[in-house]
Amino acid sequence: MAALEEEFTLSTGVLSAGPEGFLGVEQSDKADQFLVTDSGRTVVLYKVSDQKPLGSWSVKQGQTITCPAVCNFQTGEYIVVHDQKVLRIWNNEDVNLDKVFKATLSAEVHRIHSVQKTEPLVLFQRGAVRGLEALLAEPQQNIEAVIPDEEVIKWSEFFMVFKQPVLIFITEKHGNYFAYVQLCKSHSLSKYTLLLGKEEKSVKPNFTARVDGKFISLVSLSSDGCIYETLIPIYSSDTEKNHRLIRALMLKAVVSGAARNGTALTILDQDHVAVLGPPLPASKECLSIWNVKFQTLQTSKELPQGTSGQLWYHGEILFMLHGKCLTVIPYKCEVSSLAGALGKLKHTQESDPHSMPHFVDWETCSGYDLGSYSADQSRTLRRKKIETNLQPEVPGSKQLLSIIKNDSEKHIEVELRKFLAKSTPDFHTKIGDVVAGLLGRCKAEPSFYPRNCLMQLIQTRVLSYSLCPGLMEIALEHTDVQMLQLCLQQFPDIPESTTCACLKLFLSDTIQDEKKEMKEQTEIVQNGFSPEDNSCSKDDQQLNKKPGDAAKETTSFPVTSCPVTPKRAALINAVLHSAYSEAFLLPHLKDIPAKHITLFLQYLYFLYLKCSGNATMTLPGISPPTLSQIMDWICLLLDANFTVVLMIPDAKRLLLNLYKFVKSQISVYSELNKIEVSFRELQKLNQDKSNRGLYSIEVLELF
Amino acid sequence: MGEFKVHRVRFFNYVPSGIRCVAYNNQSNRLAVSRTDGTVEIYNLSANYFQEKFFPGHESRATEALCWAEGQRLFSAGLNGEILEYDLQALNIKYALDAFGGPIWSMAASPSGSQLVVGCEDGSVKLFEVTPEKIQFARNFDRQKSRILSLSWHPAGTHIAAGSIDYISVFDVKSGSIIRKMVLDRQHLGVTKSRCIVWGVAFLSDGTVISVDSVGKVQLWDSATGTLVKSHLIANADVQSIAVADQEDSFVVGTAEGTVFHFQLVSVTSSSSEKQWVRTKPFQHHTHDVRTVAHSPTALISGGTDTHLVIRPLMEKVEVKNYDAALRKITFPHRRLISCSKRRQLLLFQFAHHLELWRLGSTLATGKNGDTLPLSKNADHLLHLKTKGPENIICSCVSQCGSWIAYSTASRFFLYRLKYEHDNISLQRVSKMPAFLQSAVHILFSEDSRKLFVASNQGSLHILHLLEGSFKHLHTFQPQSGTVEAMCLLAVSPDGNWLAASGTSAGVHVYDLNHLKLHCTVPAYNFPVTALAIAPNTNNLVIAHSDQQVFEFSIPDKQYTDWSRAVQKQGFHQLWLQRDTPITHISFHPKRPMHILLHDAYMFCIIDKALPLPNDKTVLYNPLPPKNESDVFLRRTAHAFKISKIYKPLLFMDLLDERTLVAVERPLDDIIAQLPPPIKKKKFGT
Repeated sequence: MAALEEEFTLSTGVLSAGPEGFLGVEQSDKADQFLVTDSGRTVVLYKVSDQKPLGSWSVKQGQTITCPAVCNFQTGEYIVVHDQKVLRIWNNEDVNLDKVFKATLSAEVHRIHSVQKTEPLVLFQRGAVRGLEALLAEPQQNIEAVIPDEEVIKWSEFFMVFKQPVLIFITEKHGNYFAYVQLCKSHSLSKYTLLLGKEEKSVKPNFTARVDGKFISLVSLSSDGCIYETLIPIYSSDTEKNHRLIRALMLKAVVSGAARNGTALTILDQDHVAVLGPPLPASKECLSIWNVKFQTLQTSKELPQGTSGQLWYHGEILFMLHGKCLTVIPYKCEVSSLAGALGKLKHTQESDPHSMPHFVDWETCSGYDLGSYSADQSRTLRRKKIETNLQPEVPGSKQLLSIIKNDSEKHIEVELRKFLAKSTPDFHTKIGDVVAGLLGRCKAEPSFYPRNCLMQLIQTRVLSYSLCPGLMEIALEHTDVQMLQLCLQQFPDIPESTTCACLKLFLSDTIQDEKKEMKEQTEIVQNGFSPEDNSCSKDDQQLNKKPGDAAKETTSFPVTSCPVTPKRAALINAVLHSAYSEAFLLPHLKDIPAKHITLFLQYLYFLYLKCSGNATMTLPGISPPTLSQIMDWICLLLDANFTVVLMIPDAKRLLLNLYKFVKSQISVYSELNKIEVSFRELQKLNQDKSNRGLYSIEVLELF
Repeated sequence: MGEFKVHRVRFFNYVPSGIRCVAYNNQSNRLAVSRTDGTVEIYNLSANYFQEKFFPGHESRATEALCWAEGQRLFSAGLNGEILEYDLQALNIKYALDAFGGPIWSMAASPSGSQLVVGCEDGSVKLFEVTPEKIQFARNFDRQKSRILSLSWHPAGTHIAAGSIDYISVFDVKSGSIIRKMVLDRQHLGVTKSRCIVWGVAFLSDGTVISVDSVGKVQLWDSATGTLVKSHLIANADVQSIAVADQEDSFVVGTAEGTVFHFQLVSVTSSSSEKQWVRTKPFQHHTHDVRTVAHSPTALISGGTDTHLVIRPLMEKVEVKNYDAALRKITFPHRRLISCSKRRQLLLFQFAHHLELWRLGSTLATGKNGDTLPLSKNADHLLHLKTKGPENIICSCVSQCGSWIAYSTASRFFLYRLKYEHDNISLQRVSKMPAFLQSAVHILFSEDSRKLFVASNQGSLHILHLLEGSFKHLHTFQPQSGTVEAMCLLAVSPDGNWLAASGTSAGVHVYDLNHLKLHCTVPAYNFPVTALAIAPNTNNLVIAHSDQQVFEFSIPDKQYTDWSRAVQKQGFHQLWLQRDTPITHISFHPKRPMHILLHDAYMFCIIDKALPLPNDKTVLYNPLPPKNESDVFLRRTAHAFKISKIYKPLLFMDLLDERTLVAVERPLDDIIAQLPPPIKKKKFGT
């Protein structure tokens, strides 16, 4: 599953970011070190893991760097071009750029490209390409013009394809775009016309490319906000000039079409692209990772301070200029499950929700049990007819959606209640649309939080996490534990990260305080805390009442009273009940603070003791966690935080008790195994007693 | 309704033999089941799973394979090296043919049914042609090194897969030569077993061979290349049996742990046509080895050492979700193994190789409903009569006076005279049985013990007059012209005037014993008769059928009685029709002519014809005695069926006198206790 890790910024004290942002970020010959070139005079070498610069070089005042600095991977030297024609080559020991090797070329350089295991290539503005060594041998050599006069190079990229260096660059002339593919060894150049379709010529498209077998897959983010893919053959079969290339739609509307600039994209791997830009016309800029294969949004990160519309990707790290800072976001793509890939739905089409429902109603689609369904349908239709006759003012989902967009919370609640009162055949899809509408408004207006509406919707029991991925996040933001508890109980498909976030919230002290306040305010439990909660709290009170007895029973293990308040226990129990898969949960569990781990472990240990305390191995209450759930969580928690737990004195004692208890349990079971045969004999004896012998005379009366 | 003293008998130490093979016949929807003692039973799945025929076992004939060929001909083969064909009309063995290959372990009929192959101990595979009258040896295939334990024909009839020890061979039928040999892995979870026995193979039309083996695997092989395609490890013990559906879209395997697994051919994705075999459903209906499985179009059938025949309908194949879709577990035979002498209070128990005669005890005490009374005299085991020879007993009977016992095996008929002198019993065999009395399907003594009725397997009914220590042949009713169908059930009227006899399919014939002629025939009914009896005084013949219908036919009037018509008009109660064991015995109350007593394995019922019939809204079973309730309520809820489910499994129940009943139970736990221990599974811990 593709994920963005925690971002951090690099200090940019010496760098001066112009309105166009930086010139470029390039890899150096050492992993983790990157060359950043600003649009003025400075080149800085950063060590990203240390978040600090290792070296900084500037050209003289009056000179301007015109091409991002690159590293010559063969020699370890750095190369930069200033004033379009002057080449400078230096290494780490050099201090002053003025005193390093200098070569003045006869033509203007567009860019220098350098990749591993080959010499850097110099691309001139008129389209000629030279190897660095050949160029340095004769700096003043004549550079021919390859592209027509009015064409301007807009973007270029360099690949190694089967040890053959391949350069692709794209030129623009009067709004028409051309792609050139230069095979450097054979010196063959092919030109292609890119048919970009009807679009505003004023907006420049963004390009990125990737080698895909014998093709270069050129991916462009065009002004309508869609991503297109163009396949350009590396080895063109015929020499006929001016092939036309047609693009294919890859992803629809990933950024708002209205975004004039500040959009960028880069290919991360064969299935993922990163897109920078505002997803909605009004919204702030976002970095989002899209899965091309499944057409889904994998993750996204809001960048409220705006970007320069530039995005670089080197060695699993994304670089961008966020506000004034150079921001680094490590990106990771682990093996993912289908459910994870499908987890998030896009909300980009909210502008026209009537065009198509976002959600599929599986019951109608699968064609399951057609006969009875049609009967049902006709019945519901009939019912619906009657109902519509009775209450003509019941809002349809369309009206409701428009109400949600604009009206007050109260009004929405009233209308929603009316809507929920009648059940329509495609109830599922309608509910999904309504929730999506509500959440959309929540995101747009931070003050808008229609808690009662959402609660009602959750209680319809048709929602799931994937139908409304934003809901729990919003509830987490508002620390609305009741809602979270309800979600945990109702949703079957909560991702592990969210479950863990809920757990963190429940364990944190903020909840505790809130609860205290609430207790003070009123003794009546709020509606979110279901009767289940009440019962659970009662049970816990019962449990608490007789810790002394329990202690007497198992004298060797000190049984403490419940370490958390009943309400918190009810919340944690909801987490214990939720479904998870260990591999995904473990990394998130590691993030829980040590204090909370101890508390949670204490609570689990308490539950375990309570569970083992009775013969049926069950806890009282309506839906108490089962023994296996408790055990699984203890194991998981210890797996994730064993070293941490070892370090804390409190937890260490707890661990020791736990160990002793488990050991005693194991010995009990092994003893049970030993006497199983005797048990069976006892059972047999018992049966014989009830059998009343082989022969008897009884009295039977029939009525 | 009345109060009875019930002699509750649990000392009938009957243990059914384990099931060895089952064979399903699609044409007639019948199931042949063979047991470890050599008994072969035929179940009619269309007639509510009624066991309509059986062939008695034989000590030396351990059946290892059973198959249907050429339509509805049934063959079996066993460890005595013989192939047998059964005569399903006359209920005897048509012929036995030695295959001359040592013990036979497997047999399979070709898809067309015209050929049989058998796999022998000496490693030979022998092909037989099925001729209209017999089977004829055709040829030997290439001889293998070890015994052939399983065989399966390719549906086209061109190839045969044979499972042996450690390998599977594929034969070309035309040339008889082996064309492919597939060697199995003996590893089981890292442990190498000494050998891997291929307990079953199945050949699919696409050339796939499915094998099940002693290592616990179900494996799919490509017979064209001889390669292993897929392996499913499903058990820690042997997988002993396999059966494939005719459509080849599902198969079933049985393991020694008692589990039955259902495999289905399922599409990999919903849209693609690519399919693969997936283990879909496990069933645990057995405690012991599942020795054999069969796959009917709508159900999985399994049987094994724990003696239950389990029929598990596949819900997706059952169109109407009625009671037929329920699981069936058949444990007890659908015929009577017990007869009773009312006058002397004797019970005669029939076992495979011996008879036991018991005298019931007595009590002087009285009590109220539910009491167990103190015994003044316990039950006595009077007699243990062992048969001579290896054949199983087919049927037996004790006369009402208790002084005659008769039983029959497949080749001999025995009649004994018993004399009681205080506590001593002397037994005297009546010698010189006439030649026509060789084998009987059913034996019955008349009420006054002076006549003996014998239904022979040739369809004729013999009447013998019993004298002190000898007998006289009175008459023989020959079967209806042309038919040779054996009569399985007999009933004689208490006044000795009428004899009713029923075969497996035709209707019930009623003979006039005074004039020795056929009196009438009850109109034929679709379902086989499970029990017959003639009421005293009225001479009404009560007939129970396997679909749980009960008819009353007046013999003197030659028509159904008004009550029977009324019952048919209203129909039986839903729950009555949903019972899954047949009525095996009917008797009458000597003083209450309106009462009919009948029982199946799980209930006994007194039908009071004077009371209104229950409809589907009334409560059929009313086990709780009404307490402190008004007579009005009683009268409102009273209906003709008085049912008691206290005694179960109930093998026999009869009225000894007006106030005394005898009930013979056989608790399942007692049977399980006598079976070999099942494979042990851990219960505690991990």
